[in-house]
Order: sequence, then C-alpha cells, then structure tokens
Amino acid sequence: MSVPIERPPRKDPQRVTRPPELPPTERSRASLALSAAAARGGFSMQVCDACGAVAYPPRDACAHCLGRSLRFRPVDDGGEVLAETSVQTSPNLYFRERTPWRIGIVRLDSGPSVVAHLHGDVTVPSRIRMILRLDTGGNGVLMALPAGRESENMADDPQMRELVADPKYRRVLVTNGRTEVGQAVATALSRAGAETVFVGVAEPWKPFAGQEALAALPGIAMVPLDLTDTDSVKSLAGQIGGKTDILVNTADHARPGGLMADGAAVTMRDTFDVNVFGLQRLAQHFGAGMRARGADGTNSAVAFVDVLPVYALASTPDYALYAASAAARHSVLQALRTELLAGGVRVMSIFTGPIEDEWHQAVAPPKVQPARIAKAVVAALREGREESFVGDIAEDIAARYRDDPKVLERELRV
Amino acid sequence: MSITASHTSVLASLLGELASGELEIVDLTHTLTPDFPVMVLPPEFGQCQPFRIEEVSRYDGRGPAWYWNNLFMSEHAGTHFDAPAHWVSGRNLPFSTIDELPFERLVGPVVVLDFSAESAADEDFLVTRAHLEAWEAENGTIEAGAWVILRTDWSKHLGSDTYLNLREDGAHSPGPTADAVAFLVEERDIVGFGTETIGTDAGQGSHLTPPYPAHTILHGNGRYGLQCLANVDRLPTRGAVLFAAPLKIRQGSGSPLRVFAIAPSRKKEGQNG
Repeated sequence: MSVPIERPPRKDPQRVTRPPELPPTERSRASLALSAAAARGGFSMQVCDACGAVAYPPRDACAHCLGRSLRFRPVDDGGEVLAETSVQTSPNLYFRERTPWRIGIVRLDSGPSVVAHLHGDVTVPSRIRMILRLDTGGNGVLMALPAGRESENMADDPQMRELVADPKYRRVLVTNGRTEVGQAVATALSRAGAETVFVGVAEPWKPFAGQEALAALPGIAMVPLDLTDTDSVKSLAGQIGGKTDILVNTADHARPGGLMADGAAVTMRDTFDVNVFGLQRLAQHFGAGMRARGADGTNSAVAFVDVLPVYALASTPDYALYAASAAARHSVLQALRTELLAGGVRVMSIFTGPIEDEWHQAVAPPKVQPARIAKAVVAALREGREESFVGDIAEDIAARYRDDPKVLERELRV
Repeated sequence: MSITASHTSVLASLLGELASGELEIVDLTHTLTPDFPVMVLPPEFGQCQPFRIEEVSRYDGRGPAWYWNNLFMSEHAGTHFDAPAHWVSGRNLPFSTIDELPFERLVGPVVVLDFSAESAADEDFLVTRAHLEAWEAENGTIEAGAWVILRTDWSKHLGSDTYLNLREDGAHSPGPTADAVAFLVEERDIVGFGTETIGTDAGQGSHLTPPYPAHTILHGNGRYGLQCLANVDRLPTRGAVLFAAPLKIRQGSGSPLRVFAIAPSRKKEGQNG
C-alpha cells in the first residue's frame, strides 16, 4: 500500500530550490505518436494493419510481417509483471534526483513484453493494469498499476505523482470566480485536496451570483484579478506567483455574432482581450515562476490549464469572433506547452462544447454543465492528460477533426 | 493684433495672484487607473472600455533611454467630458462633436451647488427644480454662461463599492431630475453641468422621465457634461473659473481630460475672513 504523502512544510528560505530537470526527451518520430496518444488519454499502442501484431517500442515497420502501416489504437491494458529492479543511481540528472526508481518487465496480454515504470503497490509476479502517461518531458511512458481495485493512497506514489499533476496539497489559481464554471472548478479542486484555491475576481465592485457561497468554502481565497489589465495580472503574480502550483484559466468571453455584425471590431477586440491576450498575460507573469518551480517538492508547479471552446478546432459561424479567439487560444497553448516544458510544467487544454450559461441561451442542447467541466479539469490533472474534450459536442467535433477538418468545417456551417 | 495694456495687466495680475497664493489651481481630475469604474450597461450592449495601459519600454532592452506606454480606453473613462453628440438628442446639432466645440465655452465661471448633505442622507437623492429655486433664494441667481457643478462628495467614495453602488436593480447615486436640468438649460442658460458621480445622471436615471434626463436635455440643447470630478469640495460656491479642454478627437463623442479651476485661495479666504 502506498504511504500517504505528508502535507508539505513551509518553504525553507535558506534552501536553494531544486532546478527542474527532465527525463530524456529525445524520441523517434514513431514514438512521438505514442506521446500523442498519451496526451489524449486512454491506453493505445501501435498495431500493425497487416497482421494485427502490437508493437512496442513504436517502430517504422512491423517486427512480425515487415508491414509499413502501424497505427495507434486502443488495446487491452492487462498484463503480468515478470521481473523488477530498482535503479539506485543514474547519470541522468532527472533520475539521479529521484532514485531509487522502480522498473520492471511486463508481458502485455496484447503481445509485447515491455520495460515499464512500476507503481509501488505492484508485487512481482502479479497481474497488472498498464497505463500510458506523459512524463514531465512531455513523452508517453508506460506504468504498471496493480490489477483490480485502486488502493486509497495510490496517487501518492512518488513515481506516479511525477506522471500526473495531482492537486493534492497544491496551491491553485482559478482565474475567474465570477462565472459558474469558475466557481464549479474552484469547488472541485478544493474537494480534490488542493491546499489553497485562489479565485480571481475582476471588477469586485460589481456584485455577482454565487459570491458568498464561494467565499465560504474552506481553502478558498478571493483575489483581485482582471485578465484584461496587465497591471492586475502582474500585481497578483507578485503576490502569489511563487506559490501557484496549478493555474486554471476559466476566463471566457463568449459573444454571438459574425464578422459583419455591427460593432464586430469592438466585440472581437473585447473577446480577444480576455481569451487570447488574457492568456498571454497569465503566461507572461505566472509562467516564469511556475517553470522555475517544476521540481519544488511535494507542491511543485505542475500544470497550466485552460478551459476553451472546442470551436478552437473549427469555426462555428454563429459565434465567429468567439471561435476565432478560441483558435488563437489553442495556438497560444501549443506555444506555451513548449515554453513551460523546460520546467516540466504541463499545459492542459480542456475543450468544451457550448456551456449551459447565459451567453449560450439561444444554442440548442446538448450543453455542458459547469460541474462537468470541473470534473474534467480534476480528471485531467489526476491523469496528466494534455487534451480533454468535455460533452457530446466537443467529443464529436474532436473525432471529426481527426477524421477530416475540411469536412468538419462544412458540417459546422448548418 | 497688438496686445493691449489692459490684457497684459489682467494676465500679469492673474500670474501674480497665483504666485502670491491669492489664487489657487484646483485639480478636479481623478488619476486614470485600470480599476477606475466605468458606466455599467446591460452586457449585450457595447461596453465602455475601462482605462488600460501597456508599458512599451522603461529604460530597458525595448528602449534603453526612454519610458512610455500605450493607452487604451473609452472616450468616457475616468474624469471625462461629454460632447452633445454623445447623446441621440444632440446628434443633429452643429459643433456637437468634441473636435468642433467652440473653445470660448470651455473656459468659464463655475457655480457649485452643494447637495453633499442630502446625498449622504439619501444615495438616490434627486435635485429638483424646487431645490434649485431654494438654492437661488439663498445664494443668488445662477448666471448665464456658467458651468454648474453638483457637489455630492461622491468622489470620496472612489475605491469603495459605494462609488458605483451597483445592485441587482442597477447603480444608486444622486443626480438631477428632468425639471432641474430643464431649468438650468432653458431658464439659466448654463454652458455645462458637472458631477462627481460616474455620469451626469443619477444612478437610477434610466427610470426617470425622460430616461437619463441630464444627458437628454443637456446634449439636446448643445450643452456639455463633466463627470467623475474630484476635489469639488475645494471650490467656492462662486468665483472660480473652470478650464475644461478635452482631447481634440475627430468626430469624438467625449474625452478624458485634465479639468481644473482657478479659484480664490481657501487659505487666503480663511485669513481674510
């Protein structure tokens, strides 16, 4: 059974913060597809189109039939651990700081025998359940968990915690507490064991629904934050930037309308100011601090999460300006993912379908409830998942986007 | 044109009295900051852009010897001037946009109506024609061509929720009724009307008849508005001269401005009195 981690003590001001190091990041092109599969979640492996053999590590040709068409598909995650060892020392700076590191050989039910990270609860030999996760270097790696029920403190296993961004004992900033989504996310993270949830509130002189209930939650701290105001973002970063372990941007400026609507330039600017420039301001003022604290103990900086509309992938003409901002936001997140990689800080995109809120009243259901988004944020953190799609519409658009973006563009016209 | 001796002596004595402290300059302007509240409108309408500032360089790699910023704001952010074209009632008047205002009307005598006690007692206090007539009975007739500033001491609420005083039924702050504004415009021929609140109208002004009476009547008659004024309590009831020169924005509806008054020094007044 995993030993529960202890509540981290206050930071020792005399100790130098451990610099974030990364596990080896070089990968073959075929292996990048494994990382992409890990980024999306679920358990996929390379399967030969010709003979059906499962390949690992990822290859350019099938080891059984020399077939050249290998594609990642969901496969059985069961297997048996055959042998284990513990790495006691390593010339690699990342592992050197984290030994002993437990690894083992696992024979997967789908065929291949693989070297994988072993969760502390795995006994040898035994049946295991394999998971595919991203390491702090952003690459897909395998970890064997005990088959069957999860034990109580499994997430506290030190090797497991390196592969995810668990909110337990971490300090979180949720950027917009004025909306139901922000309030639901803050509440869910507080329940998920976050030490403190800072909740940003813009224009505090304007009262808003849910204000009192939110402030009454344990571990919630309301802070002034207006993403359209550089000085406000900078001021807050000055106060809490050094103890923001997880940042969840729930700010979203959604307005219906097309490019030729009256005042579209003003609407577009307002939309981009919150959704795109706001994200840049957060990255600018919180990013460097987070990147520097990627290995800062139990409550190291781990994740920068953005909740954005799935119309980042393809425009919806009814909300043309909003969709354009989402596409820009998606691009910003891709760039930020690279910029924060050096600190091992993950950038997570939570794509949602139309939210059940006052700005989507004229949109037909299905619509996503704020609580469902909150659940997806917590799940993404606990699984270290880079891309999540929330709601039927988001999932459908994601699938069609992978299939053919030009067809999707036409489908969204009607 | 030659400068006459009398002009020279007026300006010279003005400068002399400013230097000696007989006269003082009262800054009626709040500092432009990002957290200065702006008018709140239903969210489906276009919104008033609050003041925003982005640093371009500050003696660093972006500009080693110079410091400067980019600004972005509504014409109606912070202490600002409303031109007649701001309101639908003034849209067809000549010289109604901010770049066309006759300059001689931007400098003039200012009369301060002190309703601070009433405003402290009632956040929705409305100044009526009857209030103005009573004020005149005590303080004399408001002269034609004057600026009139309504003193409510509301500027002292800046920084607290009370400044905007926003609730589910809208903002709550003092202002004038239609008959008061009509009296000032039609019977007293004032140039403009200034307030310490976020608008020239009361917080609940949209529920008066006509809605937003100050905006409607002032601008419909080619008169001007000043709002978010500061330091009004430092002005005398009469005797000060207001300088309200907005930015010259082509076809603009209004403008933030540095508005000030030259007034008999209060210190001197105290010594004399």
